[in-house]
Amino acid sequence: MAIEQQAATQAVPVARRRRLRGETAAEALVRLSGISVIIFVVLVFVFLAREGIPAFFEVEAGNLLGTRWYPTVGRYGLLPLITGSLLVTAGAVLISVPLGLAAAIYMHELAPAWLREILKPLIEILAGIPSVVLGFLGMIAVAPLLREHLNMPTGLSAFAGSVMLAYMALPTIISVSDDAIDAVPRSYRDASLALGANHWQTVCHAVVPAARSGIMVAVMLGIGRAIGETMAVLMVTGNAARMPDGLSALFQPVRTMTATIAAEMGEVANGSVHYHVLFAIGIVLFLITFLVNLLASVLMLRRGTRRDQLLE
Amino acid sequence: MVTGAMPPTSAQPPSEGTCDAMTTTAVPSKIRVEKVSFAYSNAEALRAVSLDVYPHEVTVLFGPARSGKTTLLRLLNRLTDLLEGTRRSGHIYLDGQDIFAPDVDVAELRRRVGMVFAMPIPLPMSIRANLTYGLQLKGIRDRALLEARVESALRAAALWDEVKDRLEDPASSLSGGQQQRLCLARILALEPEVILLDNPTSGLDPISTSKVEASLHELRQRYTIIAVPHSVQQAARIADRAAFMLGGEIIEVGTAREIFTRPRDPRTRDYVEGRFG
Ligand SMILES: Nc1ncnc2c1ncn2[C@@H]1O[C@H](COP(=O)(O)OP(=O)(O)OP(=O)(O)O)[C@@H](O)[C@H]1O
Ligand SMILES: [Mg+2]
Repeated sequence: MAIEQQAATQAVPVARRRRLRGETAAEALVRLSGISVIIFVVLVFVFLAREGIPAFFEVEAGNLLGTRWYPTVGRYGLLPLITGSLLVTAGAVLISVPLGLAAAIYMHELAPAWLREILKPLIEILAGIPSVVLGFLGMIAVAPLLREHLNMPTGLSAFAGSVMLAYMALPTIISVSDDAIDAVPRSYRDASLALGANHWQTVCHAVVPAARSGIMVAVMLGIGRAIGETMAVLMVTGNAARMPDGLSALFQPVRTMTATIAAEMGEVANGSVHYHVLFAIGIVLFLITFLVNLLASVLMLRRGTRRDQLLE
Repeated sequence: MVTGAMPPTSAQPPSEGTCDAMTTTAVPSKIRVEKVSFAYSNAEALRAVSLDVYPHEVTVLFGPARSGKTTLLRLLNRLTDLLEGTRRSGHIYLDGQDIFAPDVDVAELRRRVGMVFAMPIPLPMSIRANLTYGLQLKGIRDRALLEARVESALRAAALWDEVKDRLEDPASSLSGGQQQRLCLARILALEPEVILLDNPTSGLDPISTSKVEASLHELRQRYTIIAVPHSVQQAARIADRAAFMLGGEIIEVGTAREIFTRPRDPRTRDYVEGRFG
């Protein structure tokens, strides 16, 4: 009895010490990975800044803000590229948001359980398709289709890019919206039904509005993924750096910021003005994506606090 | 012998008088529950429950947690329809009509039998829209009529003075007590016949609680009310008629005086006197 007790009192500190050592090591490892992530991000940014910022001194502002992108003759107007990117992205938003939301609602509210079980993983697989493959698909399938049916000289256009980007944003939008709808407490449905609403009215007026901020996050994340995408748009947008003029520009070739960097980076002389300008485009792109992601997290945060209010 | 729960009962002799009169003259019941059993996919909740609910009375369902009170309320306006894998038997009649008959319009039934939930859930829209939502679904478009209903419903729920200047604010900006009254108001706006109240004063301070209890006494003039109170004391304060529930069964039904002063079943007596676990 007494011996057992003694053994027990000795065993405890040893075990605890060993556990403590293990914990310290694990903690150090975790901390190291955390810090290294921060370091990498900072390094990327420092590199981007070092290569890109000189462009703002080498090329005067009027030129950079111009509408002509002809690097060979020293015209570095970024506007056609920025508007090209925005045009393609806006088109993608217009296509993917209604489709994605409708798909999420269908999946969550109307599809029978077995279909839902199939759809969920399928959509995740969709998200994993490499963008080159999508771009290829766009070139051989979507572009010819557009050319024939919309009577365009070439199907390679901003619209083709929008379609491909929408395709890439859709899986994210669908699955994050689905989660947002799923997170709406059942009591919201009950409240609406108890007022004499049918299922469909309940979904439109109570469930989706209650999931509103989660759906916004879904859209932001989907677009955030699409806006920085290179390969698909490089392959299908036609790559003409011209200023979009109105809505019809959607059906003409454009060039996006990402496509410009990808296409021209291989040919420029290291350290030349053109080289620095390409990095400057990278900075602009970085800022845009950063803003989109920031907006998404702000929305996410707001959703979190609202949920807390609901629960208390 | 009966002690703790008695004083509140004696505080309302007038209503008891009318109530006793009603039982003797055979008033047709507003709602008749006939041998209803109900089970969720994983648990039995009600066993052969029968109950008559009379118009212009407050009928109280009371009993310990998980005794099936909420389940019975939710059956009365068929909110249980949505759940999968449930089993039900027996009949529920509203004005003599079987509410589970295939030709019943469920939306219409829910407008006639309105429900206020234990937790106030303002819909994600403005205060005004919360009130007009049900009316618009019903097909009422006339702006003047909507306005009138909004005001009268908010007044009846004792909320008008607090919100009349901020009807466009999101309903979630109201306090918990205000939200509870908003949920009552939005049911009243539909001018239902029966109002189901599941623990309407949960989370309310004593002052708001007595406001709600007082408004129940008023509402009884126009509606049939079935309420789940949060305590035996409250049950005794608001009830004209009471049903004691235990383990999915109704143990005893009677007028408030019968149940709270001379219950017949020993289990009811134990619970009313606070001797129950
Ligand atoms: N949605 C549900 N799914 C499955 N079981 C349920 C559900 N709701 C209630 N139950 C079960 O049915 C039984 C009765 O529950 P009910 O909510 O009707 O009791 P209650 O009397 O309202 O209790 P409380 O006083 O705690 O609100 C309980 O055993 C409960 O676990
Ligand atoms: Mg309950």
